[in-house]
Amino acid sequence: MYNTSCMVILLFLEQPWPWYIAGPLVGLTVPALLLLGNKSFGISSSLRHICAACIPAKIPFFQYDWKKEIWNLFFVAGILTGGFITYCFMHPAPMVINPALANELSGYGIHDYDSLVPPELFNWAALFTLRGALMMVGGGFLVGFGTRYAGGCTSGHTIMGLSALQWPSLAATISFMIGGLVTANCILPYILKL
Amino acid sequence: MMALRNIKFLITGTLFGIVFVKSEVISWFRIQEMFRLQSFHMYGIIGSAVVVGMISVFIIRKFRIKTIEGEAVHIHTKTFNKGYVYGGLIFGVGWAITGACPGPLFAQIGTGATVIVIPLLSAIFGTWVYGKFKGKLTH
Repeated sequence: MYNTSCMVILLFLEQPWPWYIAGPLVGLTVPALLLLGNKSFGISSSLRHICAACIPAKIPFFQYDWKKEIWNLFFVAGILTGGFITYCFMHPAPMVINPALANELSGYGIHDYDSLVPPELFNWAALFTLRGALMMVGGGFLVGFGTRYAGGCTSGHTIMGLSALQWPSLAATISFMIGGLVTANCILPYILKL
Repeated sequence: MMALRNIKFLITGTLFGIVFVKSEVISWFRIQEMFRLQSFHMYGIIGSAVVVGMISVFIIRKFRIKTIEGEAVHIHTKTFNKGYVYGGLIFGVGWAITGACPGPLFAQIGTGATVIVIPLLSAIFGTWVYGKFKGKLTH
């Protein structure tokens, strides 16, 4: 009996977790942070704190006491640690993806689904190709610039903002989705073809 | 002392990061499926997270639940500006290309995809450029 329950737990830890397990756990981050330290869930702010700490350059937007917000940097360091723990002890399984997507991607020479991050697109050598530079340097820039311009990302607006019934966050969320839908379907195919 | 006070956020972040990886939220492929409407997975995660978050905030407000240090819970009110739309659209473009929002970038590096340090540094630079030109942008 004991062995069976151990097996069930181990099997669960090995498998990818379904949305109805993962989603509520992500949602519980909201009350966890509020009750642990009166903190509103948000991740992109960490990028601003890093700027304020390392490269403030007398820009007013970065003139504030970032040390008061240091919890946020501990939180993202935790996310990185969580990724590392999972990688070491809970071996992420190869991806099973929608056949329509697999078919489209094979047209761009992408066949490797063993990792969560496709190694054929994101690797150090690819950084020196037009496609890789556009995706990693260009894409990353837009993520940082856009989230700060929007005052938050998926965590701060979509999850925290909507949880607290902040309607401006709904406008931001709809904008994220429109930007992503248009890009994935109309722009990204041209980048992937490069 | 500072580290001790913040260790709880490191632990919360770690658990959150594990959920991120195990549920494949940090996968470029899952984000592509989401934006191509080829999978319910991401919509299920975001949707159920919002529902659980809403119920939690409702309960905290309704019963005036205090923090572990006995403070009243305070949630900053957001006021709409056009930057939410312009910035939101720009972030959406970046999200579809990199297949990651800021949180997953950190988790991806943890899973050994070291090159993701580059999109992360680029995102930090993007944040800096926003700060630099904030006054010239429409809000």
